[in-house]
Amino acid sequence: MYAWIFRHLPGPLWLRIVFSLVLIAIALVLMVQFLFPWMSHFTQFTDSTIGSADQP
Amino acid sequence: MVVQEKARPRAAPRTGAVFLRGTIQVLGELLITAGVVLLLFVAWQLWWTNVESDAKQTEVIKEFAQGLGTPAPAGPETTAAPAAPADFGPPVVGTAPGHAGTIGIMYIPRFGDTYTRPIVQGTSQDVLDTLGLGHYSNTAMPGAVGNFAVAGHRQTHGAVLDNIHTLVPGDKIYVQTKEGFYIYVFRNNQIVMPSRTDVLEPVPTQPGVTPTESFLTMTSCNPRFGAEERIIAYALLDSWRPAAAGPPTEIAAQMAAATGRG
Repeated sequence: MYAWIFRHLPGPLWLRIVFSLVLIAIALVLMVQFLFPWMSHFTQFTDSTIGSADQP
Repeated sequence: MVVQEKARPRAAPRTGAVFLRGTIQVLGELLITAGVVLLLFVAWQLWWTNVESDAKQTEVIKEFAQGLGTPAPAGPETTAAPAAPADFGPPVVGTAPGHAGTIGIMYIPRFGDTYTRPIVQGTSQDVLDTLGLGHYSNTAMPGAVGNFAVAGHRQTHGAVLDNIHTLVPGDKIYVQTKEGFYIYVFRNNQIVMPSRTDVLEPVPTQPGVTPTESFLTMTSCNPRFGAEERIIAYALLDSWRPAAAGPPTEIAAQMAAATGRG
């Protein structure tokens, strides 16, 4: 899969390496911004409040 | 001759085998990706949320300090003055801000010389996950007779109450608001189940009793990397100083460093 993506990136080798790094960076930003905050709702080990008082 | 004839179909495998091999390879890469993503998630939760929240909370403290207007410590003579403990009468109690509004700053020297965390109205996730200590909005304000209760994360999102178990009876907890400084003295810890809402009562754990003293109750996760229980820290109001009198000497340096004024 990743080999296939790498083969289909345009340009010479160095440009394809740059493209890959940019794609990885985009994936990381998307994960930190959206995926991880969403996933954290399923890990309840950070709940520090008592009862359901004031909880959303 | 015989060998060549038999080798030919193997050299050009059927499309079914190619498809199967490709599928297994993609599946394997996806599984490895899922593993890497989960590891990154753990790193994000245990480390990056602290970096983000610390930065945000430092900003909130700076903003709050700017909102206070002219700084109270006007020079060395005012910081030296509180050597003789003065009685400033009954504490003035501020009005509660709206949701996510800053109430004040908490200083706990036991947690380190640089421990300064904002106290923000509300205990919903948007407050606790970024802004610091959340005030249970149905409990009293600092200095009022009754229970001033706050919640904070033990781990992740700044880990504001990570060291709550290290408090020793007699430790001072300073709460700074627009009105002044409320000095609480730590009394005891208690570990309870998350359903024990009675720790937030005006007299903690004694529903229906009319309070005569000012309590400070802090709640956090227990154990440190779990949420099966809650650890509670109780403190009692010892004294208070109006803002005009300047900060208590014990936290003057700490306050200057945190609020960006010297």
